[in-house]
Amino acid sequence: MISLLAYRALLWLYPASWRAEYAGEMRAAFAARRRDASGLFGVPGLWLEVLPDLVTNAAAVHLDLLRQDLRYAARTLRRSPGFAIAAVAIGAVGIGATTAAFTMVDHVMIRPFAYGEPDRLVKVTEDNSDTSPADFMDWRRMNTSFASLEAYRSLSVDLSGIGEPKRLDGAALTGGMLSMLRVSPAFGRVFTAKDDSESSPETVILSYGLWQSLFAGDADVLGRSIRLDNTPHTIIGVMPKGFYFPSRQALLWTAMRWRPDAFDDRRDTYIYGVGRLKPGAGFAQAQAELRSIGERLARAYPKELANTHVTSQRLRDDVSPRAVLLLKVLMAAAGCMLLIACTNLANLLLARAMMRRRELAVRTALGAGRERLVRQMLTESLVVATAAGTLGWLLAWATVPLLVRLIPVSLPLAETPELDPRVLLAATLLVLSTSTGFGLIPALRGSRRQISTELHEGGRSGIGGRRQRLRSALVIVEVACSVVLLAGFGLLTRALWRIQAVDPGFRADHILTLRTSLPMPQYGTPEKRDPFYRHVLEGARQLPGVTAAAYTSFLPMVLTGGIWPVEIAGHPEDIARRRTASLRFVTPGFFEAMGIPLVVGREVRETDSHRAPYVAVVSQSFVNRYWPGEKPIGRHFDFGNNDRVIVGVVGNIRVRGLERASEPQVYLSWQQTDAVSPWYAPKDLVVRAAGDAGSLAPALRRLIREADPDQPVSDVRPMTEIVAGETESRRVQLAVLGAFGAVAFLLAAVGIHSLLAFAVSQRSQEIGVRMALGAQRSDILGMTLREGFQLAVVGIAAGMALAYGAGKLLQSLLAGVAPHDAATFACAALVALVMTLLGSLEPALRAVRVDPTIAIRAE
Amino acid sequence: MTDARLPDPQRLLPLPSVTFHILMALAGGDRHGYAIIQDVAARTDNQLRLGAGTLYRSLERMLSQGLIAETGDRPAPEQDDERRRYYRITPYGDAVARAEAARLMDLVRLARASGFARERA
Repeated sequence: MISLLAYRALLWLYPASWRAEYAGEMRAAFAARRRDASGLFGVPGLWLEVLPDLVTNAAAVHLDLLRQDLRYAARTLRRSPGFAIAAVAIGAVGIGATTAAFTMVDHVMIRPFAYGEPDRLVKVTEDNSDTSPADFMDWRRMNTSFASLEAYRSLSVDLSGIGEPKRLDGAALTGGMLSMLRVSPAFGRVFTAKDDSESSPETVILSYGLWQSLFAGDADVLGRSIRLDNTPHTIIGVMPKGFYFPSRQALLWTAMRWRPDAFDDRRDTYIYGVGRLKPGAGFAQAQAELRSIGERLARAYPKELANTHVTSQRLRDDVSPRAVLLLKVLMAAAGCMLLIACTNLANLLLARAMMRRRELAVRTALGAGRERLVRQMLTESLVVATAAGTLGWLLAWATVPLLVRLIPVSLPLAETPELDPRVLLAATLLVLSTSTGFGLIPALRGSRRQISTELHEGGRSGIGGRRQRLRSALVIVEVACSVVLLAGFGLLTRALWRIQAVDPGFRADHILTLRTSLPMPQYGTPEKRDPFYRHVLEGARQLPGVTAAAYTSFLPMVLTGGIWPVEIAGHPEDIARRRTASLRFVTPGFFEAMGIPLVVGREVRETDSHRAPYVAVVSQSFVNRYWPGEKPIGRHFDFGNNDRVIVGVVGNIRVRGLERASEPQVYLSWQQTDAVSPWYAPKDLVVRAAGDAGSLAPALRRLIREADPDQPVSDVRPMTEIVAGETESRRVQLAVLGAFGAVAFLLAAVGIHSLLAFAVSQRSQEIGVRMALGAQRSDILGMTLREGFQLAVVGIAAGMALAYGAGKLLQSLLAGVAPHDAATFACAALVALVMTLLGSLEPALRAVRVDPTIAIRAE
Repeated sequence: MTDARLPDPQRLLPLPSVTFHILMALAGGDRHGYAIIQDVAARTDNQLRLGAGTLYRSLERMLSQGLIAETGDRPAPEQDDERRRYYRITPYGDAVARAEAARLMDLVRLARASGFARERA
């Protein structure tokens, strides 16, 4: 008895259609065998035979059906290629956009670093920026929250002795940094405290990428020596592939090796702290402790540290809020796309389901079981979703390299994220559920309730019926989503225009820039640098077409730091607001080369030597801050470790970039450096030409080679490229949003079109009757268009409201453009109306062409 | 199903052995499922005991291939505790079984010529 029940239960493994056919037979066969089974092992022996037979054959039956259904699906899809192509393409767009966007966001915001327990790592900074070694040492000494606290500084060194001299970025790390990050080298070893002491030989660890490019992956590099800034360093290890710290640009690492005087000046900030929380210590607790340490230090050293704070954040959160916002916008836009794609697919399927109700009714009447119909339609949805998923994957694969440009290079992450299969699966499932939900359910409902009515009435659906209302709602959602995308695109485009219209304060055109790094100590003093500058600059000025050439410490927008305190006799130091200005050493001719206007006085001259009075050329903003309305020439102030006298005033420039406020600028003579770090030695060459500046590069390289054959040349690029780089991530974002907007626009138009076309085809009889009764063609045209526009207006209104909300969220990216910018919204609405018109026109014309005699007779 | 449009029996060869066994079982007359199982078992000295799953999957395929058909005339329901379906070999099934038998005989003949099997069956 139990055996029979068990057998009956196991039969549920078979599809219902099979059970209906054979379950009784099989039960009978089993019962007979059960009767014949005798002896102690009869029944268990029987089950041993029956069980595998049942299970494998059930699977085989399912497989047979699947094969059948796939053939059927392929056939039906082939019969309506328009539907098949549209459904797959629409699904693919939604899946592709979502997969690409979420992959990026996941990569930047969630993906774990290649460090051990990265969530326990905290970045410790001073006012979210660098700090001084002395402060760092105090933090390390005073805290109780960190198991260890280490520091790094970024490094830029000349590598020589292997092929062409090269300029490489890297980082100097305190001895325990790599072990604290819990990373092990690919081979060799990481730094120890011994490497970090000044008395031991200098060592270097290579990144995997540098090891590959320098030594072609030669395993025999340990112990070899490379020259960095003309000092031999012994290679002690190679880090594994995919390890980045602190940023993706760092290709090698050396030990920090503090100089004895490193702890003298608390204002000389250039390092960052990274700590690992003690087991049991929470982040909030550590943060609070660091804050109070900062307050204690600020009280102890009011002159240097007044109004500075110790700031900290999880290493994982060390992403600029701007980058996060850019990615969030991307994600939201992708979500919008997926929504539009799904609604469009739903609409398409609803229409198809209504068309097929007759087919299904006929097949049901002919005896096809509901289960078989459901299975077949599910298989069809599966085929569509799988094809869409595959295509979407390809789409995502093609777009991710474009989106990568949204990620700041300053993050220690691999360049190109791998596509996330989970996202792909989720998006595909959503498309699948859409296609089953909207394709299957209405069809089924039809097959159950309305078999007879369908067949009787010829399957004409009433206008304004429930299903038509659902389709209208879907179209409204599509229109609203596309309005949101269009308006977002418009707002950000206006913001981009506004930023691009910002005057950087210099004329970027016709300028070629390059960097010669001038290794120290070879070029440690102005006297040592003088012959080099002389040869390069004099040579450059003689090149045909060159109108000006000069050297500067750093190009604007490339290095935005280099900020020094300003002290003015008679202006008591305002502890509450530290007065600062950006410090640049320049050679004569700098302002002309950059196209920065001289407002009053003179510029830096060759005669402003080490022995002459120390001079300064300041920006207009500097004068406005300290001597508003007064004559600035001849005034003194203390800056860059010396007293300086103002000899000229020039226009303001955007040192910190187009979107940020910049400190006032002070330019000093390259010869009057005093004890300012050689880091500020002018290394960036600026050459202005009358014509095409780019063609000067080979001649400049030759001049530099003549001056110093070991001098690497890097960062050769026109100034315009640097300015354009300011808006690069915005332009990428806009390209993506624009593409999304365009696709959304198309999809919404297609949605409107298919809805109206369907309605017209269903109503041709009604239209025929109306025309027979004397309705004019213009009435019919108006009637059809009106329907499209009614939907559009509702969609646009909803979209506007949503777009305003989105605009508010975007505000920090809008560069002052109002989130309700009227022109943008008007444009978006206009575009949406055009889209509606495009979508409605063809069905409306078709309605007009209805021939009353044929339409009425057809029924 | 019209006999005139039957496909070439050769197209189904070689037959799966279960199919061939079922055809042989039905050669002796119409049978229901369990009877086929018993017949095959008896014919093969209990070497081949078909499971119900295998049997009905084969039967379904053979039905769709036109090798067998369900008989309309069943014994009266009260004769059995379960309602049973009876299967009958079709002329096409007969032709296919013959073709399979001929194929096997050819094969055996070749095997003999190679010395794999003794003369005299």
